[in-house]
Amino acid sequence: MSTAAVSEEPHVALDGVIRQYDGPPAVHALGPIDLAIRRGEFFSVVGPSGCGKSTLLDVLCGLARPTSGSVRFEGRELHGEVPDGIGVVFQEDASMPWLSVRQNVAFGLRTSNLSPKEVAERVDHAVSFMGLAQFAGHYPAQLSGGMRQRVCIARTLVLRPRLILLDEPFGALDQQTRLLMGDELLRLWCETGATVLLITHALDEAAMLSDRVGVMSARPGRFIDMVETGWPRNRDSRIVSDPEFGTVTARLWSSLREESLKTMGRAA
Amino acid sequence: MTRRLAALLVRIAVLAGLVATLEICCRTGIIDPLTVIPPSDMVASMIDHVGSGEFNEGIVNTFSTIVLAFVLAIGCGTLAGALIHRSLRLRDVADPLLASYYSVPTFIFYPLLVALLGLGKAPLVVLGVLSAAPAVMISTLSGLDGVSPVLLKLARVQRLSPARTLWWIVLPAALPRLFSGFKLALSYALIGVIAGEFILSGSGLGYAISFAYQSFDNRAMYGLMLFVLLAAVIANGVLYVWEGRLARRRSNG
Amino acid sequence: MSGLALEDALSKHPSRGRIRAFDAAVLTLVLLALWQAIGSWTRGVAVSPPLQTLVYLFDLLRTGMFWDHAAATLTAFLVAFALSALIGLALGLIFGVQRFTGEVAEPILAGFYTIPKVTLYPVVLLIFGLGVSAKIAFGVMHGLVPMTLFTLGAVRSLPPVLIRTARVLRLSPGRTMLWVLMPACLPEIVNGLRISFSLTLLGVLIGEMFSSQRGLGFLLVSGMAQHNVPLSTAVVTVIVVVSIAANTLMLRLRGRTAQRSS
Repeated sequence: MSTAAVSEEPHVALDGVIRQYDGPPAVHALGPIDLAIRRGEFFSVVGPSGCGKSTLLDVLCGLARPTSGSVRFEGRELHGEVPDGIGVVFQEDASMPWLSVRQNVAFGLRTSNLSPKEVAERVDHAVSFMGLAQFAGHYPAQLSGGMRQRVCIARTLVLRPRLILLDEPFGALDQQTRLLMGDELLRLWCETGATVLLITHALDEAAMLSDRVGVMSARPGRFIDMVETGWPRNRDSRIVSDPEFGTVTARLWSSLREESLKTMGRAA
Repeated sequence: MTRRLAALLVRIAVLAGLVATLEICCRTGIIDPLTVIPPSDMVASMIDHVGSGEFNEGIVNTFSTIVLAFVLAIGCGTLAGALIHRSLRLRDVADPLLASYYSVPTFIFYPLLVALLGLGKAPLVVLGVLSAAPAVMISTLSGLDGVSPVLLKLARVQRLSPARTLWWIVLPAALPRLFSGFKLALSYALIGVIAGEFILSGSGLGYAISFAYQSFDNRAMYGLMLFVLLAAVIANGVLYVWEGRLARRRSNG
Repeated sequence: MSGLALEDALSKHPSRGRIRAFDAAVLTLVLLALWQAIGSWTRGVAVSPPLQTLVYLFDLLRTGMFWDHAAATLTAFLVAFALSALIGLALGLIFGVQRFTGEVAEPILAGFYTIPKVTLYPVVLLIFGLGVSAKIAFGVMHGLVPMTLFTLGAVRSLPPVLIRTARVLRLSPGRTMLWVLMPACLPEIVNGLRISFSLTLLGVLIGEMFSSQRGLGFLLVSGMAQHNVPLSTAVVTVIVVVSIAANTLMLRLRGRTAQRSS
């Protein structure tokens, strides 16, 4: 049973959200989506490629406006601008090549009103939390892909966001690194108490890390299944040895398999 | 309407607008007719002068010089580039030279070339080749660099002969960048030859424009100028479109 | 791939290391020998041999006349370069950020780059007359478009994820430009400055070569006209040395700003 703090109002609420692009050709990319994410929940989204997962993220943080329906964050509706309190880790490497690791992490706080001392404290904490203390003076070009993603996560962490969105952040990494990064993510989640939404194509990752997993259909993406995992709050990648893990993954795949085949152009 | 089409239409509209503005300014006297003649006059002059055949010899001269320089530049450039590519040591020597080559105005050597080779086709061809060949060398090196090592491994696994490896794998893989270099070579050869004729020559289109200018025959000057510019735009345009076709086939789309 | 991008394809090539000192020495000797050979073969009619040129150059550098001409070229060049750089930067940024405008403008600019601009010289002279402003106009005519195209390319090749990051961090447009766009584009902008430098210099020199009474270009041509071969060779040498020095400097600068980019 999830012991995350539950408040009456969902932290993030999507109501009948549809996202369409004008043509030519017109594309119905997403929706209708109805989704309520609890405060402090770790929620993952899986789905076939091209189903609109990234569009969902854009809509959730205010980078894109829904064509219809509403997006509410902490009770307030989003109108196409990014509200305070949301941190995003993108799929592509968003580290700034001209700044050192420290400077990259500190970048998020440039517009804040914090004193230099406070900024330094937060940056130091984020850098060591993500295991980058040794490389604080290095530049992204000198680091591996996994480490660059850690820099991006540290940069997000430093802002103390209440909602963290991650779009396939470990996509380019090898399996072992992914598993370890998954553990890092769980540590981050426990430490900050933030609500986390993870988009991933890896079913085992979703099953391992989340309180709940939403399965999206092929485009236009809609949720066709919601799976509650029931994991305890302080968990790590070793949850894979729990017998329930296989069940969860199997259920995800059985929901997803048909949709994936559709995307590949074959009958189920 | 696709974006590309829209951009094309806007572009045509902008250019047409500029030409129209120039026409109006010239006709109404805002721009002194002794300085710039109206575009319509330029076109008429071009048709008159070129059509009359009085410049046929000059045209043939100029274009043949350009083509000669272009062909030589491509031949020498690709060969030199290929040779340099094979030897790392040679490459280390050539790299800084090529990197600085185009920072020097090749033009300043033209009077020297004339003193060496006399007034005629030779210095112009040499000038054209000197302007164009390094670009071909650079693009050949770049193209050969860009041949993915995995393709070369494939050639070895399939036990292809060196000739086949070159013809079936290396050339097609390097082609886009090579072609880019050829495009540049044409443009540089053209610019070099015409500029050379303009400054120091007794024949050719460049000379004809200079002569017209010095004889205060603005009308003839503008007519010829327009002809040269159109020729340049068309020649480069053809290569540009061709390159686009090549690129589109290779990209995902 | 823009034609301009190819010109500096080589500067981006990951060179193995520097040229070996021995090879550099050999190269220098070969070039000098070639120079000497052409000089003596033509009996000093086309080029004067290296040693003679060097001696003449030392004397020349002591005359006030030379520095008058050099100053004329320098002032015209600096004004033309400043104009090319600033206007080119501004236009390039606008065209890069405003995608559609950029798409419309780029072929026009690229087309302008490929035409023999020397054929437009009489027009410039008719408009500006035979003075410094004509020289500056020539310089800008040559240097503006490459700067614009390079800046445009730099902005376009900016990874979109950086802009999205700026939006997610809720940076104002001004800050996005100053803190993200400009630092990211800096190496390519420096490259544009480098190419624009050479071309602006070319324009100013050619302008001097046939429409001015002052400047190094004029000095070169008058050397030819007076059959003063050592003079023209010396002037060519000065121009070559200055061009290569400036180019090398800017390549290093670009290398330093780009060292942190992958």
